[in-house]
Amino acid sequence: MHRLLLVASTFCFLLGFAYTMHELGARVYRHSRLNLFAILTGFLFQTAFLYLRGQSLGRCPLTNLFEVLVFLSWSMVLFYLLIGPAYRLSLLGAFTSPLAFLLQGGALLAPAIDVPSKLRLEPNAWLELHAAISVVAYGAFALACVAGAMYLAQERQLKTHHIHSIFFHMPPIRDLAVANRRLVLAGFGLLTIGLFAGFAMGNVQAHLGKIVWSTGVWLLYAIILLGIFRHKVSGRSVAWLSVAAFSVVLCTLWGLTFITEKGV
Amino acid sequence: MHILCFGLSHHTAPVELREKFAIPDGELAAAAQALAKARGVGEAVIVSTCNRVELYVAAEDPVHGFAAVDEFVAARGTATYGEAFYRLPTGQSLRHLFRVVSGLESMVLGETEILGQVKKAYQAAQQSGATGRHLNKFFQRAFNVAKEVRTNTNITRGSVSVGSVAVELAEKIFGNLARCHVMILGAGEMSELTAGALKARGVKTIFVANRSYDRAAALAQAMAGKAVHFDEWQNEFHDVDILIGSTAAPHHVLTVEKLAPIMRTRRDRPLFCIDLAVPRDIDPAVNGIDGVYLYDIDSLQAIADHSMNTRRGELTICEQMIERHVAEFGEWLTGGGLPAAMRFPSAAPERAKG
Repeated sequence: MHRLLLVASTFCFLLGFAYTMHELGARVYRHSRLNLFAILTGFLFQTAFLYLRGQSLGRCPLTNLFEVLVFLSWSMVLFYLLIGPAYRLSLLGAFTSPLAFLLQGGALLAPAIDVPSKLRLEPNAWLELHAAISVVAYGAFALACVAGAMYLAQERQLKTHHIHSIFFHMPPIRDLAVANRRLVLAGFGLLTIGLFAGFAMGNVQAHLGKIVWSTGVWLLYAIILLGIFRHKVSGRSVAWLSVAAFSVVLCTLWGLTFITEKGV
Repeated sequence: MHILCFGLSHHTAPVELREKFAIPDGELAAAAQALAKARGVGEAVIVSTCNRVELYVAAEDPVHGFAAVDEFVAARGTATYGEAFYRLPTGQSLRHLFRVVSGLESMVLGETEILGQVKKAYQAAQQSGATGRHLNKFFQRAFNVAKEVRTNTNITRGSVSVGSVAVELAEKIFGNLARCHVMILGAGEMSELTAGALKARGVKTIFVANRSYDRAAALAQAMAGKAVHFDEWQNEFHDVDILIGSTAAPHHVLTVEKLAPIMRTRRDRPLFCIDLAVPRDIDPAVNGIDGVYLYDIDSLQAIADHSMNTRRGELTICEQMIERHVAEFGEWLTGGGLPAAMRFPSAAPERAKG
């Protein structure tokens, strides 16, 4: 039943993505509510899945890589739903759907990662707060990565003068730069709170691997923010850094879970 | 019931003739009312714009309908015979109005202003009681066709003039232009037109720098902007978002060496450079600087041409949509199937003979 909800959610994201690709392919992309509806429905299925999973575990469903990927996808979609309409970044949804689909599709297609955690930790409010806030922060970083990719696509068209029909549906490049910067800032703030919660739970030695990794990610984004606010790096550089940093986060997530499973 | 169209347009008549035949906005309602009361005519709508004057009437018999139109036009003191005028029977008239409101008959393919003009003409006729069941349904259908064509095709997509391409690009870079500062280097006609288009979109300030300060002052005054001595334009440049180059200088006025240090202080504030000068004012290499988007006259024209080609490429799809509506509406009008005599393979208006 739980997995069915996740399959339904993944299908919704695929539907939104396929619809957008079809519209772009036909060169008549319209601001349709279908994509938003698909994302919203996918989000509801995700939420139901995570809720039921949390109920059966008796804790926040962040006990293995499978759950982390789903939670990450949920956080990213949550951020999209919160900021997408505010910034009128309608096409952001079109770029969010494929990433949500890939995260969840990957999780579903790799049953080996959905194994009960060998760590039998007692439920701890600080630990759960740390885990949940951290993953929500990664959701913000994921959406910053999406905004960065859109910035680079938009910038390429403006620089090369090759205007594709997608250009007319892209948000202004200055708005993308602002959204990108704010998402990195929001993610960094949340990650900082998450880290503090991690330190507050005590027993740092038992979670050394996770703490080292989280601190590494925190430093990575701290450097990006330093570049933005102190060295005034260009919007293009920030976009590249957002994409690269999140790719690093995603690639190292597997290793982190592996280390965690080993009991570090 | 037959719906007939009689008129002339920029395709068939020069402006000298169109202006003689034109009916002022204030007289449209009364003229439509008078035409609707003519013998042989039940309903009428008159569309009169700078590019076309067209009389649409609903009549039981097309011969009597066209005769009434001839009388009406003759009474206004205009001869109706000649190559410039077209008289379209039902099948063609349906297709013609659907094409007109969709922008397919416009001077600039796909322009949207005509729809508003036809709507105003229809409202004037409707309010004066000149329309009835047939023309009401016909014009409502035409407005739906226009909406469908615009929504489902790229016929209105992109800008087709250099000035509008520049404005569109500016909006894709900055979004709302209300906070943007524009600088014109060299007060030429093209730069004035482009700056005027940007001003119409609400840019905050326009600086004008020209070798002749008097010319700069005159243009600045006309645009409610600020004149700058040409030697001092770089002092104001830090605040500028859009630069329009149009000087007669034989060398590059803006180079990478000058611009790169300035851009480093602007963080993610982009700079849109429009180089309308020949020889060019702005070194093409500045396009390589992060946050700088440089377009010269050829690249703007290429985008405009591309948009126009895109629109032309959509014609077949638009015509297919229109044909479907012509068939459906013709069926309703004749109470089941448009007679073969009313169907015409050609989408172009057939000119009147004699």
